[in-house]
Amino acid sequence: MITKRIIPCLDVRDGRVVKGVNFQGLSDVSDPVELARYYSESGADELVFYDITASAEGRKLFTDILCRVAQTIFIPLTVGGGVNTLEDFDRVLKCGADKVSVNSGAIRDPELIRRAAKRYGNQCVVLSADIKRVNGRFQVFAKGGREDTGIEAIGWLRRGVELGAGEVVVNSIDTDGVKQGFDLELLDEVCRAVPVPVIASGGAGSQQDFVELFKKVPSVDAGLAASVFHFGEIAIPDLKQTLWENDIIVRR
Amino acid sequence: MIGVIDYGVGNLFSLCSSLRYVGAEVQVSADPAVLEQADKLVLPGVGAFGDAADKLRATGLDQLVIKQAQKGVPVLGICLGMQLLFEESLEYGRHRGLGLLAGRVVPMEGALPAELKIPHIGWNALQPVAESPLLRDVKPGDCVYFVHSYYAEGCADSLVATAEYGIPITAMVQKGNVMGCQFHPEKSGPVGLAILRAFCEEEGKA
Repeated sequence: MITKRIIPCLDVRDGRVVKGVNFQGLSDVSDPVELARYYSESGADELVFYDITASAEGRKLFTDILCRVAQTIFIPLTVGGGVNTLEDFDRVLKCGADKVSVNSGAIRDPELIRRAAKRYGNQCVVLSADIKRVNGRFQVFAKGGREDTGIEAIGWLRRGVELGAGEVVVNSIDTDGVKQGFDLELLDEVCRAVPVPVIASGGAGSQQDFVELFKKVPSVDAGLAASVFHFGEIAIPDLKQTLWENDIIVRR
Repeated sequence: MIGVIDYGVGNLFSLCSSLRYVGAEVQVSADPAVLEQADKLVLPGVGAFGDAADKLRATGLDQLVIKQAQKGVPVLGICLGMQLLFEESLEYGRHRGLGLLAGRVVPMEGALPAELKIPHIGWNALQPVAESPLLRDVKPGDCVYFVHSYYAEGCADSLVATAEYGIPITAMVQKGNVMGCQFHPEKSGPVGLAILRAFCEEEGKA
C-alpha cells in the first residue's frame, strides 16, 4: 500500500533557511543543502522549499540552491512561492524540482493550472490554499493568508483539480501556529470533495497530532509541517516509529 | 559510459545527478552515433505514451535502442521509459512500443478498487517475485517512489518485483539485458540509488 508521507517545509529567503535552529550535528542550520540532507537522512518522504524572497537576486540564489539540493538528495522536491507564470515553472523544474506549488498565482489566473498541467503533467502541479473560517464558511485567503478573497474554499479546490492540479495542500489558518492539531473538519471535507492526494498543513504540535490526522481522516495522504521539525520538537524517525506502532503505514 | 537518451520528454536533471552520484560517467545525448558508444543505455520518460513513442521514432532513436538491446547492451527504462519497452500501450488509443519485452500497458482506471486514487502516487513497498541483479541490495518491503496512471500487464516472463495497490502493480522488469523500473529510482532515496548502482555496476556484455 501507499505509505503516508511526512513532509518538512523549508522557507528560504535570500538563499538561507528561515527559522532553522536547534539541530544537533549540523554546523550551519540555515544552509538549505545541509538541512535538506539532514531531513532526507532522517526519513522525510518529500521536501517542500518555499521561496519567500522578494528580490530578483534572491530568486537567482534560490534556484542555485535548488540545483545543489537536487544533486545531493534524491527524494521528491516540491517548490512554491512566487509562482505566477509558466516561466516560473520552467525555472524551478530545470533545477530538479519535481512538483510546483501554486497559490496566489492560481487565484489571480486559474488558467495557469490548466496550462501548467498540460505542459508538465498533472502530477507536477500542486494547488496550495490558505483557508480560514469566515462566518461559518471556509474561505480562501491570498498573499500568504493576509487577504480574504471571498472565494469558497472547497469549490475552489475542486475547480483547481478539474483544471489539472494533481495534489492539493490544505493549510488551515485557524489551526496554523496553534500547535493543537490539524484541522480535521476542514480536511475531511476536502477529502470528500477531491479525488487527488490531499496534504494536510497547519497545526501540528506533537506526534499524536499526526496519529490523529491519519486515524480520523484516513484519506489524507501526507502531513506537512515546518516549525515542529525545525525546532527539533519532533524528530522524524521517532514520529515514523509512533505512526508505525499505531498501525499507520509509513516508509522506514 | 552510461548513455541517457534525450528525446525531448521530461527533465533529466535528477536522473543524471543520481547516476553521477553512484559513480557513473554520464552522457546525455539525442545522437545515435554518440549513444552507440555507450556501455549501457537509460531510457527515461514522463508524459503520454503515444507522444513519447512518436518522438522516439521521429528521431530514429527507437531503432538505436532496439539494435543495441539486441547486441546485448544493458538498457534500463524508467517510468514511461519502462512502459515503452513493451509491445503496446492502451493509453489514449493504441500505440506500438519497442517490443523488447512481452506485455502491454493498460490503464489503472477500472482495474483498481474504486476507493484508490489514480494516479498511483507516493512511496510504495517493493515485493521481489524473481531474482534480478537490480535487486541485489533491495529487501522486501523497501519503498520506492511511484507516479503513474498506467501499468504493464501480461509480462510474467520479465516481472521481477511488484507493488501492492489494490492489485499487484508491475514495479520492476528484467529479461536478460533489458530492464525497467515503473517507479523513479532517482527519487527513491537510498533504495533507488542502490538499484541504479546495481545497474551501473552490473557486468554488461556490451
